Parts: sequence; structure tokens; C-alpha cells
Amino acid sequence: MKITGLSHLFKWENLHNWWLTKYFFPPLFVLCTSGDSVKVYSTRTEEWLHSLQGHTNQVTGIALNRANHLQVYSCSADGTVKLWDFIDGILIKTFIIGYPLFAIYVSEKHDGIVFLHIAMDTDSKNECFQLVAVHLPKSAEQEVEAKELSAVSSRISPNPSCTAFGREGQYIAFARHLQLNVYFFRKQKTYSFSLKATDKKGAKNAFTCIACHPADDCIATGHEDGKIRLWRNFIHTKEYTYSTQHWHHNAVNTLCFTPEGTNLLSGGIESVLVQWQYGAGNRKEFLPRLGGSILHVSTSSDGQLFCTSHSDNKITVIESSFKVCGVIQGLVKGDAVLTDLMIDPRSKALVLNGKPGHLQFYSLMRDKHLYNLDIVQQEYIYEAGLDQFEVVKAAFDINGYWLATVEERGQKSSDLEFVLKLWAYDERTQSFVLNTTITAAHTDRIISMCFSSSEETTMLVTTAEDGQFKAWCQGADADTQQDQSFWSCEFVGSYHNLKPTNCSFSADSSLLAVNFQEVITIWSPDTWELLTTLCQPPGVVRDLCFGRLSCSKYLIATTTRNLLCCWNLLTCALEWSTSVEVSKLQPDPLSENVAAFSYQSKHTDLFVFKPSEPRPLFTHKNMCSEKIHRAVFVPREEPLNNCDESSQWLNRSQLYFLTQNMDLLTFSTATEEDRMLSSSKRLVIDDSVAVTPFYLLLGKHRQQQQKLNTPSHPAADKPQQPQGSVTITELLHTPAHVLPAASVLCSMLVSSLLISNTGVRKDPLREMESSEQEMNSEKEEEHSEEEMEACDSQQELRAQGSVDEVTPKLSKAQERELKRIRKTDFSWMTGLIDSKP
Amino acid sequence: MGEFKVHRVRFFDYMPSGIRALAFNGDTERMAVARMDGSVEIFHCSDRFFQEKIIPGREQCGIEGLSWVGERLFSAGLNGGITEYDLTNQKVKYTIDAYKIPWYTFLVGCEDGTVKLFEVNEDKIQFERNLDRQKSRIVSLSWHTSGSKIAAGMMDMIQIFNVETGHSIHRMLADRGVGTSRSKECVVWSVVYLSDGTIVSGDSVGMVKLWDDQTGTLIKSHNVTKCDVLALSVSQNEDSLVAGTSEGTVVQFQFVSMVLGKDDKEWVRTRTFKNHTHDIRAVAEITTAVVSGGMDAQLVVKPLLDKIEVRSAASALRKIHFPHRRLVFCARNSGLMLFQYPGHLELWRLGESEGKGSSLFVKRNPEKLLHLKVKGEDHIRCSAVSPCGEWIVYSTASSLRLYRLHYQRFLFLFFQISKLPKVLSSANQLCFSSDSSHLFSASTQSSVHIVSLSQSGCKFVGTLKPKSGSHQAIHLLAASEDGEWLASANSDHEVHIYNLQTRKAHCTVPVYSSAVTAMGIHPTTNCLFMMYADQQMCEYSIEQKQYTDWSRTVQRKGLHRLWMERDTPCLNVMFNPQNPSHVILHDTYMLCIIDQSLPLPDDKTQFYNQLTLKSLTEDQRKSHSHAFKVCKTFKDILCVELISDQSLVVVERPLEDVATQLPAPIKQKKFAT
Repeated sequence: MKITGLSHLFKWENLHNWWLTKYFFPPLFVLCTSGDSVKVYSTRTEEWLHSLQGHTNQVTGIALNRANHLQVYSCSADGTVKLWDFIDGILIKTFIIGYPLFAIYVSEKHDGIVFLHIAMDTDSKNECFQLVAVHLPKSAEQEVEAKELSAVSSRISPNPSCTAFGREGQYIAFARHLQLNVYFFRKQKTYSFSLKATDKKGAKNAFTCIACHPADDCIATGHEDGKIRLWRNFIHTKEYTYSTQHWHHNAVNTLCFTPEGTNLLSGGIESVLVQWQYGAGNRKEFLPRLGGSILHVSTSSDGQLFCTSHSDNKITVIESSFKVCGVIQGLVKGDAVLTDLMIDPRSKALVLNGKPGHLQFYSLMRDKHLYNLDIVQQEYIYEAGLDQFEVVKAAFDINGYWLATVEERGQKSSDLEFVLKLWAYDERTQSFVLNTTITAAHTDRIISMCFSSSEETTMLVTTAEDGQFKAWCQGADADTQQDQSFWSCEFVGSYHNLKPTNCSFSADSSLLAVNFQEVITIWSPDTWELLTTLCQPPGVVRDLCFGRLSCSKYLIATTTRNLLCCWNLLTCALEWSTSVEVSKLQPDPLSENVAAFSYQSKHTDLFVFKPSEPRPLFTHKNMCSEKIHRAVFVPREEPLNNCDESSQWLNRSQLYFLTQNMDLLTFSTATEEDRMLSSSKRLVIDDSVAVTPFYLLLGKHRQQQQKLNTPSHPAADKPQQPQGSVTITELLHTPAHVLPAASVLCSMLVSSLLISNTGVRKDPLREMESSEQEMNSEKEEEHSEEEMEACDSQQELRAQGSVDEVTPKLSKAQERELKRIRKTDFSWMTGLIDSKP
Repeated sequence: MGEFKVHRVRFFDYMPSGIRALAFNGDTERMAVARMDGSVEIFHCSDRFFQEKIIPGREQCGIEGLSWVGERLFSAGLNGGITEYDLTNQKVKYTIDAYKIPWYTFLVGCEDGTVKLFEVNEDKIQFERNLDRQKSRIVSLSWHTSGSKIAAGMMDMIQIFNVETGHSIHRMLADRGVGTSRSKECVVWSVVYLSDGTIVSGDSVGMVKLWDDQTGTLIKSHNVTKCDVLALSVSQNEDSLVAGTSEGTVVQFQFVSMVLGKDDKEWVRTRTFKNHTHDIRAVAEITTAVVSGGMDAQLVVKPLLDKIEVRSAASALRKIHFPHRRLVFCARNSGLMLFQYPGHLELWRLGESEGKGSSLFVKRNPEKLLHLKVKGEDHIRCSAVSPCGEWIVYSTASSLRLYRLHYQRFLFLFFQISKLPKVLSSANQLCFSSDSSHLFSASTQSSVHIVSLSQSGCKFVGTLKPKSGSHQAIHLLAASEDGEWLASANSDHEVHIYNLQTRKAHCTVPVYSSAVTAMGIHPTTNCLFMMYADQQMCEYSIEQKQYTDWSRTVQRKGLHRLWMERDTPCLNVMFNPQNPSHVILHDTYMLCIIDQSLPLPDDKTQFYNQLTLKSLTEDQRKSHSHAFKVCKTFKDILCVELISDQSLVVVERPLEDVATQLPAPIKQKKFAT
């Protein structure tokens, strides 16, 4: 196991390239493209089932095979069209076209023919696209070269939604700029209709999308100014007619008719899905506040479900009754990530900017969006050019009980507004609740803030452009006789009227380092006296951090003059310094390691070093071409045991970083990738079964079974599955005609069931459950829950094999406590059980 | 071009009246327009919508419906009468009392719930019988083309009657609105009975509904607006339907096949036109355009581009705000102005100014001298003031009145001439000779009566009759400066020239296909200068009885494209006494001086070249200048007149002022407000 360079640079599943098929069938699955793979999601559970991997470049389009509804075509910029069985995730065939492909369309009338967008041979940069029909050769081989290309039109818009097939595939409609063309296959004739670029009322008439009615000869077109036109009679160049509807205030991004043609769905930047009743003029329904702007809408072939994909990396599944029934949310992609990457110490979730005005909590372990925390608490208006509040800073304290956020508005204009908010974690609701809002924390913009790392007292330090840093403490307010205590300012510090930029607490919170341009000042948070100043001119300090664990005596700082310095705080002298341009300095909270991203000559290098050692542990040259400003170490759930020296630094935590292209990248080791692959093979069986009357009949029976089996279920959900359940899944997923006779399988099945039901695992689980119950019920106990939690986390730390000296006393006391409780409870439980009958 | 002192007059508070009904006659291509004040106007659709005839209304005579029967025009009003119009003499022929009729003709729906059937006879209409009496009011009616069935729109329902039996066949209930408007009854403002048995209705809930007359069931309903659908009209081949709403929009429905190449057609809402600010009370679909009129008093002609073969100026969007007649008359020698309102006349004296520059200081404000109310109920048909300012004459449909004004320095005398010759009972057009000694009064059968005026009174001199024997009414008169010639133009496009000395017809100008909109006789050369509705111009030498050379050059070379594309007719022709080669013309949007001595522009030359000429030197100017000099400083011009002291009077009526005097339109939510 070792890191083998770039091949292991694992691209995080950033789902920002949605392209839904026109119809996804059956409505149990949603297919979407994501990078170089097609992802299959269940509409029922919103779970990611598997990906169709095989393309070597961006997948640009997918389309269902009209001949076989269990197959899907995908086209990619690598010049191939692949046919998949998307339920099992099997690649059936690969057709090699040879040109980069940009979109794919199929029609029911043209069997064995796919229509593709290819760039014109002459100049691919000038966005000159061609629509070609490709006859797919019928051969048994896995890889076939399709050579029969025939051009349909060369006046194609690069936007794939500007092309659509009409009723029964008789004609194809495509628009470009201000011209709509309709090509009839039988007559081989193109009709063109043009609009004026603008009129007196300032309408912008450029086409943005097209949809064709499935039964009538009616073409719906969306326009840049938000109008929707319904074209009819388009076999006449003169007597054609259209009606105009206008609701969207900005460009219509997508249009889609329902399969019966009774409704037309449209969406745009407003993030409102509009359902127009076909033929009933302006009667319409709205589904507002769906999130980011709607990019695509598609309907299932039975019209039961609609699906919208959004610019913030989300798929919404909507029932035909216009109710949202599911949200498949990837890592929310906002306009920019302004906050640091953070780890919520409780849920171990990655926290960063998500929806506008929100912080998102994203579980990296499960690759799942957990929730959004509304920070700004104001309705966001989806319109370009508005200056709205945005979360710019956020920080967690070490236990995850407090969250500090700064929201800002008016970065561009002169009148800056900002609010500092402090959020307390509420055990009951399991979320953060607003505790204190400080409107004028500083007279100018807050540059940085950090919580103290000690566990007794939480303290927040903010530095601002007004030349001051302030320490905020939670203190009981004398005026309000309430139990709640709010945050107030404890200390205001400044240094020669210089502008403070960064602040950092040492690992034990006994020291606070604040840098004022070139000078780093060290303060004692207890007495608020200035202990010492460190200075290493020239160059303003850009970033600073304390070493951790055994290296906590070191202070590391980077300057704008390409200097990385390390001071020994015991001697107050410079230990070492080296000349390297560092854009981001990120210490690992669980080890002594510090990661430094250096941006030089248009590529980023990574160095991982210990402050005490002059030689870096790990260097990775030329990692990526973008500058990196955000990075975070994510503690692993269980530490790896890599013996290899170069990858040891990844044992306890994983390094994630965000590039300027908003790609979240991480280093993964070979073992992890193997595990990924194996887990992706796993399928959730129950969800892929359609609700038929037969199923309902059987379902009752199955539910009863499930009830019986409940104790075993948590175990089954874990990645390390017992052997038995794997066989079951295999058994259920192989087609019936391939399976051996049932009598042969029966014994295997029974034995597998037996294994999973053995009560070995049951007992400790039950014990845990009961002990938890007791802990909660014992309210009169002196021990506050918080403390217990704190201890728990320490226990965890120890369990993860950290090297630091965790105070064993506390944990032992805790264990004793636990034992005591367990004992008392056991008798209480038995009493209860006895009394019951 | 010459410099003029301009009196910019904006105190003529003319208010056009709202349009109530439209009726299109496809055979003669005439559009009849009924206004709120009871006047009926006839527009010629193929002649650039020139307003050929105006039949003035009466007090309290609201017209509710108009209809053509052949070439006869009928109207029905709220006062309970059916009126037939005499279109040749431009007056009301007769009125029959039909007892409280609000709506349609020959088949008349009454407020009391009866449908009355009238028979159209040769010269009269006769009551035939009543259909079954209904409880509620009948608001709208429509015949089926077979003539056996009638659809009637009422309160909350539509009924179909069999004409033979007079019984109701079907009753179809129209839904009321939702919410608060549920308690209000739904008025079916208009119905249209199509030949295939579909009944289209527009109601006060804002729905256009399609019904089947066989089963009496609703086929489809379109929600067009939140307010009322007031008017419906179907095209002649029944493939298009327009609906006018009280929001000021016209919505078009088209009968298109849903699957191309197949015959199962459906009515589909297609286009929406918004050219009005107020209620649209009447729409009509003519062959190439949709005509709509409403409370904002403008007649809008929106061309349907799919029906037009060649796009030209004749097929552009047209908005008609003002009548194509003169409403302002100037006493050239005394600086007096006569404003003609429907029910009264106003006489004003122009102000005086001093100083120099682009805007002058007003020394004396204009002054209203006279407010003359019409006797009786009829509205004024025409009026005139003599050049000396001493005589004022006006005529209604029934009477003609002549007044004499006499003013000394402080004393202002005004009296009516009581004894008028019998021939002056009514006039279609009135005109004074340039020395104010004679009054010319256009009468029936294109004849003109001459009356000599003197201090003592007036005396009938003689009658001028055209040779052609046309019966059409005269709408323009022009007398020459030297008192020798008189030209008259009638609705048959004929222009007759009479010699006043001999009182005989002198000659007739060759008849042109378009109507004459303005004409004038040149003071020195005695040439008749005529402007036509299709923007052509002609100069006809009276003495030589032929077109002048200049006119022939104009015809040969053709006029500039931009000149031909103007959409309002020229309303006055004047001559500059200082420079005999200058002809001054105006329409609603511009003032133009034609210098006959300069070369004519061809299509390549810049037409509006005033600014470029300014930038050139004197020598270069000569090579660049052409005959047309257009001034667009003034907008919404009602009249331009050259008065004796070389100053121009420009009477403007800004459309913004008209809009402020209209009632408030229906309030509509506008996005982002």
C-alpha cells in the first residue's frame, strides 16, 4: 500500500454535471452524468445505487434505448457511444465514432440510429456544431466502429436542450440564436422561422430550449427573456402561428412535456418549477423554492414523477401531484466557498458554504449531504446582480457545541454590513440554535476568527480590519434573569494600530497568537497581557498556526515574501525558516503534521512536514494546476495501519482540499479504493422492486419477516457484511434462468440465514442500548451530559490510536461511573420486567 | 425653407370619443365605426383607412350595435331605436322605435328579454315577430349562417333559438367567477355562431368558451383575462377569431390542425396584441388585419403578417386618433381661430409676442372670445369662419346658422343672421371666399350653393351642379384667392372645378383611385394642388385643364419611400405668398414645405436632410437639397394654418393630454412594480 502519485488523486464525486435523460424509465431510477461516469440513483430512497464507469472523458449525454427500456446510451467527449444495462451496471457495447460527442438523441421511429452533436471539422473552438445521424452496426462484438455518419444539419446550437424530436420522431426541431428550424425526415425538408433580435419593448428573443409535444404538432420554445412560445402550423412558411406565455423573468433553462402531453413543465433561474396546462392558456401551477436554478427537467415515462436538476448539484424528485418526494443532494455547489473547510467535531461532517446564506453539513464517510443550516435566515432572491447576505466566516469550537458565523453584505459597495452570530448546539433538536447575534462586533470587516481549544472555557477571538482583535466570552447577563447565557466582549486588544490578520490558539489554549502585519504577538488569554512579539521581516504574515501534540512548542507562520518560519516558543527564537511560497497552511489536529500547499509557476505542490523535523515527511510536486486556498484534515473513523513512511501521515486523518474550480479532491490510499469499489457493487435490493399488486400481497409477508429480523439489520447495514447476506444479494441479483435449481440453493440460503441470525452480536448491542437509556433517564445525576460527551470523544480519540497522553484517570472514572449505572439499572430493569405481567 | 413665426396652440381641448361598435362590409371594404357620442364614421379599408364619411351624432344617442345589410348601415341604440343611415348624404335616414333595444339590428335583443325579428324591406324595416320571451336581459346575439338558428348571450347563460318556431332549443349556463365574484352574475358580452355549429362566447369572467349547439355542451374554455371579454369577431373564412378584453388586449384564436396534414382542427389561442390602454369595446377581423377600438378612442389596425402578400406602408400597424377632417378654422386676416367641438364652437383670438429667438416672449395671452352652444340635440357637422373674421357659420344635420361678429376696440357685437335663404337649411361642407363676400355651402347631390354676404344680410346667388350627376356628399371645398374658382371634392373621389364668374362647371380633374384629403388653389398660378389618401400629390392647372409639368415629373419619378410610408393623410394645403414655389402641407406628425423649384429626391437620397444640410457650406447645400423640407418639431398636429402676417398657427393636441382626460383604466399588476 502506497501512494502512487497522481493516479491516486481521487476526484471527489462532485455531481455538478447533471444531464438527465429525457425520460427515465422505470421511475425507480434516475440517471445522471457526473464527470466521466453515469450515476444511477433510486428515486424511492434517494440512494446512489451504482455508477456506469467506462468512459475516459466527460460524459456529455445519455438517452434511453427506445427498443429496450432497460438499456441506455451514453455519449462522451472521448468519441464513443456506449450501451449499458443500467440496472445491473453492465457495459453491453461500445461504438467508436471517432469525434468528440456533445449530445445524444434517440427517437422511437429510428431504430438503430442515434443522433449526435459533433463539432464541425473545421474549427471546434468556434462553437460550430453539426447534428449527425449515426447508424449503429449490429454485430456481436463488444467494440464496434460506427462509420455510417450522415449530417442532418449544421445549424445547431451548442446547447443540447435546443434540439428535440417531434411527434413519433417524424421531425426534429432545433434552434440556434434567433432561428427555429424544423426538419421533416419523410419530406427531407427544413422549415425555418426567425424572430427579431429585439423589439420595442426590449424582448430578448434568442432561443434557449425546445420541447415537442408527444401527440400534437406543437413545439414549445423557451427564450432568453423568459417567454415561452408554442408554435403550430409550422409546415407553412407564412401561415405558421405561435402563442406566447410569459412568466419567467429570466431565461427559460428547460422545457419538457409530460408523456401524455397534458402539461408543459418549465424551469429557470427562479428555481420555480412551472407547470403549464397544455391548451388552457395561462393556467399554471408553481412549485417554488426548489433550491438553485433549475437546469433540466425530465419526466418518467409513465408521467408519475418529474425530476429537476439544479445548479447547486441537486436532483429533486417531484410527484405528478406537484409535491417534492425526494431530494438527491450532492455536495452543494454555491457560487463560491468563502468559509474555510471545517469539520463538525460532532458529526465529523465537512462544513462549508452551501446554499446561499446557508452552511452545509456533508458527510464524507457516507458521501451524503446531511443538512443545511440557515445562517442568514432571509429569503434568498434568485436573481443575478443582487447584493445579498452571504456567510463568509465560520468556526467551530473544539467540542462542536458552539458555532460562530460571520455574514456579510456589500463587499463591492462602500457600505459594508456584517453580523457575527453564535450558535449553540441543541441536544434536543440535534441542531444548532442561534444564541447571540452581534451586529456591530467591529467597526470594520472581520478578517479571521478562532475558538480557544481548551475545554473548560470557550472563547472566541475575532480580528478585524479596524486594527483590533476582540475576545468574546460566554457570560451570564446581569440584566436578563434567564438561564441562557449570551456572548459578550471580554477584551479588546490592539498593537500599534496595525491591522491584525490571523489569530490562533495554541493546543492547550494557554497562548494566543495574533499577527499584526509583520509582527506576531503572543498573548496570554487568562491575564490578557502581551507576552512577547516575534518578527521576521520582510513580508507580512499570511498564515500562522501552532504545532500540535509533541510539537506544540512551535509556531509556524508563512509570509508574503515566500518565507515559511518556525519559532520555538520556549526560547522565543526562530528555529528554522525556508523559502517557499505557501498559499495554505493546514495543521492536522490529530498529529504533529502540517500540510503546506505551495503555488509556484502555475502548479501546486504539497509538502507535509513536522515542525520539529527539518525534512518533510511527504512531498507531492505538481499536484494540480490551480491555486489551493482551502484544505482540511478529516479524522478517520478508524486509523489505517500503513507502514509505508510516505503515507503514514494519512493514517489518522485524510486531507481534503478544494481547488479554484470548486473540485474537492483528496488523497486516498490503494486499500481505500479497493473498498470503494467493493461497496459500490453492493445493491439495495428492496428498493428496486416495483409496487405491483403482487408486491403488495407479498409485501405484507415480507414486512412481518423484517420485523422478526430487525435485530440483525443494523449489522447488515455495516460495510463489513456477514458472508450470508452477500450470497442472498447475489442470489437475488442473478437472473433466474442462470440460477441452478432451487433445491440446490435452498440449503445454502437457509444456512446463510442461520449465520446472520446467530445471537453472538446481539447481546452487546442490547447492553449498549439499555445503558444508553439509563444514562438519559438518570437526570438527577450530577454529571452534565456535556462532560460525558467530552469524555466520549476522548475515548474515541484514544481508540483511534493517537499517540498523545490522554488522561487515563478521567476515562477510568467514567468507566466506573458506567459500571455503577449499569449495575443499578439492571436491577431496575428486572423490576420493571417483573412488574409488567 | 424660410422662417415663420409660429403660434403653438395647445388650448384646443378636443376629446375624441370612445369607440363603441365596429362593422365591416367585406364587399365594399368599408369599416363603420360607432362612437360613444353617437357619431358614425366610415373608413375605407383599402384606401389606407381614410375616413370617408362622418355622420355626427346627437345628444343622448348611444349606439350599441352596428350592422351592414348589403350597402345599408343600421344601428341600434340604448334609446330604443333602430336607425338606418343615408350614407350618400351622410345623415340619419330614419329611426324606428323598437321599445328599449340595447343591442342588435333586425334581430333585436331587448332589455326586457325579448328577441324581436325585423324584416328588411326595400326602404324600411318592419317588425315581424317576437321570439320566446326570456327572464333576463339579452346582451348579445348572433345568427347562424343558415338563418334558422340564433344564439343569444344573456345573464349567466346562452340560449339558442329556432327562428321558425321562435322557441329556445338549448340553454347553456356560463360559470360565474370564483371567490368574491361568485355573487356577481356572469354577463355574456358577446356570442359568435360559427357555420359548423360552434358557438363562441365571451363573458365577464374573462373566459372565451366554445359550445356545441347540437348537444348544448361546453367543448372548451380558454381563460383569456382576469377582467371581461367584451367583444368577439370571427374572420370571414372562420379560421380565426379575435377577442377584445377590458385589459386592452386583443387575443387571437386560430383554427389549426393539431396534427399536421390531418383535418381534426381545434381552436387554439395564439397571439396577443396589446395596443390599447383601456377597454376594447369592439373588434373586427378584416381580410388582412384586426381592427379594434375602445374607450381610449383610438382605432387600431393591426395587420396580420401571415395574410399579407407584400409588406408595405399600406399594411403597417396604424393607430387613428383624430378625425381626417378639419376641426380648426382660422380667420387669416384677423388672427381668430374657430374650434369645432361636437356640441359647441369656440372662438379665440391669438396671442401676441415680441422679441426674437427660438422661443418668444408672449406679450398678450390668447383670449377666448366666444363660446357658442348648438341649439337642439344634433351635433355640429361642419363650421367655418370667414377670412376677415366677421362671419361664423355652422351646420348640424337639421339646421344651418350664420352669425356675424362685429368688434370695435372695446365693443364686441355678435348676432345671428335671422333670415337665411331656404337652400341653406343644412350643409355638408362650408367655405367662405377669400374676400369674405360669399359663402359656399355644399349640399345634397354634390351641389354647392352660393350666398353673397353683406352688412345688411345675405342673398342666395346661385347653385353649382356637377356635370357627372354624382350623389355623394362633398367633403372638401377650396376657393381661389382671386375669387374666380371653386373646387369641390366628394366621396366618389371626384374633384369639380367651377367658374364663379359664370357659375358654371369649368372642368373635372381626372378621377384617381384614392380619396382627396386636402386641396388648395394656388394664389398666383391658379393651379389646384391636391393631396390623396395614398400620399400621392397632384397639381392641376385650372386654366389649361391639365396636370402641370411639375405634377407630371412627380408622377414619373415617383415619391420618396419615406414619404409614402407615412400613415396619416395630409390635412391642409397652403401656399406661401412670399415665395410662390413653396407649398406647405401637414399631417398629424409633421409639417412639410415643398419647394417646387428644387429637384425631387429619389430613393437613394436622404429624405430627412435638414441636419446634414446644416453642417454643409452654402455651395454644397445646393447640390444636396431637394424639394421636401420636413419639420418634425410638432407632434399630434390637428391643424396648421398660414395667417396673413407670415406666421404659422400650429394647433397641437398632445396624446398625453388626451390620455389624462380618459377614465382610469383597469388596474393591472405589472411585474417588478
